[in-house]
Amino acid sequence: MSDDGLNSTGLVVPAEIRQQVTLTTLDRIYNWSRRNSVWPMMFGLACCAIEMICTAAARYDFARFGMEVMRPSPRQADVMIVSGTVTKKMIPQIVRLYNQMAEPKYVIAMGACASGGGPFKEGYNVVAGVDKFVPVDVYIPGCPPTPQALLFGLITLQKKIDKESLKTVRWYSKEPVLDIPIPVLGPDLMDPRKYEAIKEYNAAQAEQAIAIEQLDQTPPLNQA
Amino acid sequence: MNGLGIIKGLGVTLKHFISTYVEDFRWRGKLYRTEKGLAFRSSSKMRGVFTVQYPEEKLPLPEEFRFIPFLVYDELPNGEKDFRCTSCGICAKVCPPQCIWIYRSNDPVTGRPIPAPAEFYIDIDICMNCGMCAEYCPFDAIIMDHDYEISSYDRMKDDIYNKEKLGKPASYYQGIRPTNYARQATARAEKEAAKAAGKKDV
Amino acid sequence: MSEQDVVTQVPDLTSRFPEQVVKDTRQGYEGYIVQPDFLLEFARTMRDEDGYDYLSSVTGVDYLPEGKLEVVYHVYKTIGDKGLVFKVQLPRDNSIVTSLVSIYPGAEFQEREAYDLLGIRFENHPDLRRILMWEGFAGYPLRKDWKEPFYEEDFKPFKTRWPQGKIVRAEDGTPFKDNVEYPSDFDPENWVSESESKLYESLKVIQQESDGMKTDRIIVNLGPQHPSTHGVFRMVAVVEGETIVELKPVFGYLHRNHEKIGERNTFLQNIPFTDRLDYISSMSNNFGYVLAVEKLMNIKPPDRAEYLRVMMAELTRISSHVMAIGFLLNDLGAYFTPALYALEERELILDIFEAVSGSRMMCNYMRFGGVVRDLPEGVLEKVNELVFDRLPRKIDELDRYLTENEIVRNRCEGVGVLTPEQAIALSCAGPMLRASGVPYDVRRAEPYSIYDQLDFDVAIGIHGDVYDRYLVRIEEIRQSLKILQQVVKQIPDGPIMTGKPAYQVRVPAGEAYGRVEGPKGELGYYVISNGKPNPWRYHVRAPSFINLTSLAPMCRGEKIADAIVVLGAIDIVLGEVDR
Repeated sequence: MSDDGLNSTGLVVPAEIRQQVTLTTLDRIYNWSRRNSVWPMMFGLACCAIEMICTAAARYDFARFGMEVMRPSPRQADVMIVSGTVTKKMIPQIVRLYNQMAEPKYVIAMGACASGGGPFKEGYNVVAGVDKFVPVDVYIPGCPPTPQALLFGLITLQKKIDKESLKTVRWYSKEPVLDIPIPVLGPDLMDPRKYEAIKEYNAAQAEQAIAIEQLDQTPPLNQA
Repeated sequence: MNGLGIIKGLGVTLKHFISTYVEDFRWRGKLYRTEKGLAFRSSSKMRGVFTVQYPEEKLPLPEEFRFIPFLVYDELPNGEKDFRCTSCGICAKVCPPQCIWIYRSNDPVTGRPIPAPAEFYIDIDICMNCGMCAEYCPFDAIIMDHDYEISSYDRMKDDIYNKEKLGKPASYYQGIRPTNYARQATARAEKEAAKAAGKKDV
Repeated sequence: MSEQDVVTQVPDLTSRFPEQVVKDTRQGYEGYIVQPDFLLEFARTMRDEDGYDYLSSVTGVDYLPEGKLEVVYHVYKTIGDKGLVFKVQLPRDNSIVTSLVSIYPGAEFQEREAYDLLGIRFENHPDLRRILMWEGFAGYPLRKDWKEPFYEEDFKPFKTRWPQGKIVRAEDGTPFKDNVEYPSDFDPENWVSESESKLYESLKVIQQESDGMKTDRIIVNLGPQHPSTHGVFRMVAVVEGETIVELKPVFGYLHRNHEKIGERNTFLQNIPFTDRLDYISSMSNNFGYVLAVEKLMNIKPPDRAEYLRVMMAELTRISSHVMAIGFLLNDLGAYFTPALYALEERELILDIFEAVSGSRMMCNYMRFGGVVRDLPEGVLEKVNELVFDRLPRKIDELDRYLTENEIVRNRCEGVGVLTPEQAIALSCAGPMLRASGVPYDVRRAEPYSIYDQLDFDVAIGIHGDVYDRYLVRIEEIRQSLKILQQVVKQIPDGPIMTGKPAYQVRVPAGEAYGRVEGPKGELGYYVISNGKPNPWRYHVRAPSFINLTSLAPMCRGEKIADAIVVLGAIDIVLGEVDR
């Protein structure tokens, strides 16, 4: 076995057996084997998906990095590359898919729209960045990022995986990892984690309206 | 004969497959990781393997390539950075998703605006790389960069670029866009000459 | 009949229908205004007697100052002639009008969109539900008095950016740190979502017994995340065994509010946003928008700019068709080899776009009065090599590879048949219309730019099935190569822009409908200006959106596997469908 950066212990291996033996730590080999076989989920939303397909195609083949196949099923995928604008109508499905992915899982926000809303941020149907609902590991800016930029982002993810340690990873920790609650499409998008905040805000607005009415003895102004 | 169409198709695939080996042999190991090989693989005479082996080989970017903008400063002899921007605000007005924020301060003594940006922000999570800021800047102070290797782990910290992060020297501009730089340098020199001639007449 | 007679034979509609139809006399506008209760009769007369059998676009406009909502219809003749524009004006608080689905079935989705975004109700519409937003959404977004949660100002450029531009993230200015807004008496925990139940109710299928054996029908959801759909697109199918009994497409999963943002942008700022509509062929989108606004501004670009525009548009057509063929073969099951060969050709064309405009996909290359910049050194030689040497060879190879393949023929012939009458009635456009035998191509019907000086043929099919659509696309690539060979030889020297490049564009008041033949079909832009720097209304007639009206009629009776192939042959791009 060649060295390949696995030998991190620093101990010296005798020359005769250097071709057959290498010394490494459990962390190192665990991370090395996982970072070289990260399978993306076939999940393209918009224009960035076309650049992702071009990255998967012959010219910028990302199978060279171990992302051999794009799996349509979330159970078999390791990384979800959110490529394209995330809209309110689509975010429940994205959260559902994220919950269904098996640990260890990563999320890459590809493009300006997935990172922070992008040029469509002011729209009424656009979620300003997928990290409002789903934890993101790597952000790749650009509109759209060229395939070479996406490959650089994937290499950044691989570097992040290299730095992980078995003692601190999420999936081996003692606390249970809870599913992210799925947003509901009401009069506007509702995040179940914010129900309390919505009720408090509405109650505060109602109190304010009553206070103004009592103060002025005039009908309250129409609120939005 | 039934199946002839499939066989013809398989013949095409076989030809592509064999040509990858033929090309490798023809170039005798110099097809990859060399400039000539890369140029051959991106031309219209290309045959065989099409892959560009990033990150060892990077496709050369054409001059007009646009990614995130950057601000140009001229390096003065004493090491100071002289930003060309006069905070006229045209780039902020013409930006389609309005991702440029410019703060122009006033001279405390005369009360008139200083022709330099006190603060300059671009939110690259909103920028759509359209290049209109660079196209309509009258002073060539903001130019589209070629650097695409800017992915990050935390967008709250990294994704709003302030003036310091955006500033790059004019020599860098000349390196990435030589034709544009030469054209704009001659235009500026002509304008200076015309102004000097005008002053002389007066 | 002398020429004079033919020209003056265009009927003056105000004299034929004296009370009900008046000419639209607003400055810069054209067409007729019809009384709402006469609309159905008028449309039937236009279709049957005057020959306007092709409905191109139905859209709504909000005229808040006059308290009116207007519905605008554009109809054309498939034999090719000037079109007809007619409008209906409705009061804003009671906007109800008859639906034209019984006369032009292609109006179905467009009327649903007008209901969804503007609140115009269409009587006798077979299925009036929201189409781009979800049922239960509060408000009608495209109305002028509806403000989105991240609202800053009515028109760009915003004053907060300069000269006192202290950066503020948009989220920090809202109460919930996100662009959401709720009505004041709303209780989130007791909300019952109705969108799914209304969708399933609309799949009205009568249960039948056959052979004394009671069979159940299952509702199957395909998408929005599915390896075979071309983006986030969902189909709800009622299947009996493996055969589809009823199918309804659901979209809106990529609705990015292009039209509302378009009303806030200036005319110039809209050009990069049009790139992102049909994101595979951005040069065509630019072309259509720029044509529409140039009609309003009444300027004409110089010759060299016209040739450059046509060159870019035809290269885009080749790259889009070659990708469509690759993905159609993907849907058939030939996982990825034909797509890889197609993407190889597309990459070489994208290299040219990158050298000319700066970006592979979002080109942003055309401006009002010309193009942004001239071709850099060496690009014309590269185009020469591609167009004369490599692309014809590679298209012949793709043809030899796929066209006579027995599996392709067995799976594509006879699948998804659309008769010419059906295709015209359902407002199909582009290769779908031509594969059914209707030789309607906007480049020949209403020539724009220099297409009337170029020599090319219009490819049509005979049977109207998936195989014909594939053959039409291959032939269109060959015709595009023919056009490119002429353009490359004849391109003149000269300026590339009328007037000086300016970021403040002056557009006179009026309306314009500019249409081009994009790779997916007829792409139209309806732009209304009221003299200000920002458009008053900006609507995109998206070919993929309207071609999807034909998905349900084509799929009834086919198997599920065929539905995927039919969708692949329609060749949709979600950026256009959802805008």
